[in-house]
Amino acid sequence: MRTSWFPVSLKVDLRAVAVISALAALAFAGTVAHLAVGEYPISLLDVARTLLGLQTGDPSNAFIVETLRLPRALVALTVGAALAVSGALLQGLTRNPLAAPDIIGINAGAALVAVTLIVALPSVSSVYLPPAAFCGALMVALLLYLLAWRGHSSPMRLILIGIGLSAMAQALTWLMIVSGNVQELSRALVWLTGSVYARGWDELWALLPWVAVLVPFALLHARHLNALGLGDEVATGLGSRVELSRGLLLLASAGLAAAGVATAGTMVFVGLVAPHIARGLVGPPAGALIPTAAVTGAALVVLSDLAGRVLFAPTEIPAGIVTAVLGAPYFLYLLYRNRNK
Amino acid sequence: MPRSRYALLAGLPVGLALLALSLLASVRFGAAEIGTADVIRAFTEYGGSQEDLIIRTIRVPRAIIAALVGACLAVAGAIMQGLTRNPLAEPGILGINAGAALAVVGGIFIFGVSSLSGYAVFAFVGAAATAAVVYGLGSLGRGGMSPMRVTIAGAAMMTLLSSLTTAVLIISQQTLEQIRFWLAGSVAGRDLALLLQVLPYMTAGLLLALALARQITTLGLGEDVATGLGQRTALTKAAAGVAVVLLAGSAVAVAGPIAFAGLVVPHLVRFFAGVDYRWILPYSALVGAGLLVWSDVASRLVLSPQEIPLGVTTALVGAPFFIYLARFKVKR
Repeated sequence: MRTSWFPVSLKVDLRAVAVISALAALAFAGTVAHLAVGEYPISLLDVARTLLGLQTGDPSNAFIVETLRLPRALVALTVGAALAVSGALLQGLTRNPLAAPDIIGINAGAALVAVTLIVALPSVSSVYLPPAAFCGALMVALLLYLLAWRGHSSPMRLILIGIGLSAMAQALTWLMIVSGNVQELSRALVWLTGSVYARGWDELWALLPWVAVLVPFALLHARHLNALGLGDEVATGLGSRVELSRGLLLLASAGLAAAGVATAGTMVFVGLVAPHIARGLVGPPAGALIPTAAVTGAALVVLSDLAGRVLFAPTEIPAGIVTAVLGAPYFLYLLYRNRNK
Repeated sequence: MPRSRYALLAGLPVGLALLALSLLASVRFGAAEIGTADVIRAFTEYGGSQEDLIIRTIRVPRAIIAALVGACLAVAGAIMQGLTRNPLAEPGILGINAGAALAVVGGIFIFGVSSLSGYAVFAFVGAAATAAVVYGLGSLGRGGMSPMRVTIAGAAMMTLLSSLTTAVLIISQQTLEQIRFWLAGSVAGRDLALLLQVLPYMTAGLLLALALARQITTLGLGEDVATGLGQRTALTKAAAGVAVVLLAGSAVAVAGPIAFAGLVVPHLVRFFAGVDYRWILPYSALVGAGLLVWSDVASRLVLSPQEIPLGVTTALVGAPFFIYLARFKVKR
């Protein structure tokens, strides 16, 4: 399918459509379960009725579903999608299957600014944390691109310098942690691990525009991503403006990671693992990979948050811990599988 | 640059003398006013005064521990760089420090460990286990992993291990309170007894490293060349791995995770000592010791009376250097 007025060619890949539908169904099931279970269980029928705006006989159901659980589940879905697409873009533009926003310092930059704010100004409202974290993440991304620039950017320098920046930001974060008092630190640490606890509609409305703009942007640039994957020389030969596409895609990736991290803290391994699962399911072409990664990430985070709520109830485990525990063995497996590359 | 054997040989005693002066400086600078004469008197005619006590139980152990930890980390870094032919290799970057940290935090949380010597045992085990995993992953595949892949594998391991550490700290605020200073890396409040516990491992690691110096030099020319010269490369690598575990493990056990100390020194040393590890290793030990002693002095003085953790100071010095190396010294 190709239209003359729209610069994309949509080859409708039936396998991708099937995979995406299946993953979307999984994410939907996770969301419904998220709404139904908890300290105050609500039957599926009542959940459906509440969502449709019907009376269920128990007036507290509406409050629990619409104010507490639904926005939290939607935030989890959106954060997952944002981080996964961010990772897919980064892996594509660096041509490295192990690149992820958590490894090249974008998360660490966000964390540094947020923890500094929590420790230095403990009275500051949490409302200011997301924008601050957002600025930190973007600052690291810009610094990264500037430092990696030597006449032209190189995927390898981007990653290695990112690792250096990440280490530096982490050292400064520890300086903050050592100088703060323990009460505030717990708050900072929960934030550092990544959690969607107590996220409401406000957070969702702040996050959604970024995802709504940047994910379509990534899709529009899918062909550049495919060209970059062939190597800089080939991409130039194919008529791709390599530096421009790489710069824009890096910014889009950073913007998505920053939005996700600003909302939910540094949720590790989502940006690494979700694109891999997606690539295993639909293959490397970015047009199918990006939407598949998005639904994979959404399902991953919503199910991780559900698991964190249910496993040790009434104690809640931050979703970021669940993603770390799931991501770790998967990562080791990836290292093993890629050992000859 | 002087690369004649005699100049390098003469440099060693000069370096030792400079290190001795650095140690003296480290003992002198601090919150309590102490003069050089006091230091000498505390050891020649110990009178039990407050100064004597501070010197003998706080300042001197601290300076010696900083020096030894620096020597171990620098030699470990030099071996890792030589073995992997990766200019960015270093115990901190490859996740070994993070593994030690996770083991200590786990030890406190699960077994209620509360003493520094208890931390040391767990740190040692954690560092060794992580080194084995990273090293094992690094030796998988044809001809080992490229510098790039080892670095990324290490960085990802670090992300993984530190997120698990954070997880434990969230669950247990008590652990957090107990451990946060150790976790930032520091040589404050360590006593000589703790050092004596790990000294055998440190010595063994340093001696093993020196014994392997010639093989590491050959291996630096490439695995094929080394095999061609009749070296059993697998054996060399395994022995060098043991040395790294002993050195990095005991350093972290005493001082906590100190990042980047092992990165800078071997590069500085190679600049004047050339490519022969029989010179690189002893000079790395000397320069690493000096670097950490002065970093510790800086940690105490820069924001005094507040103290910056030593690990933060070394990271702030080392990370820009790492970025410089990544920018200019890594061939694409």
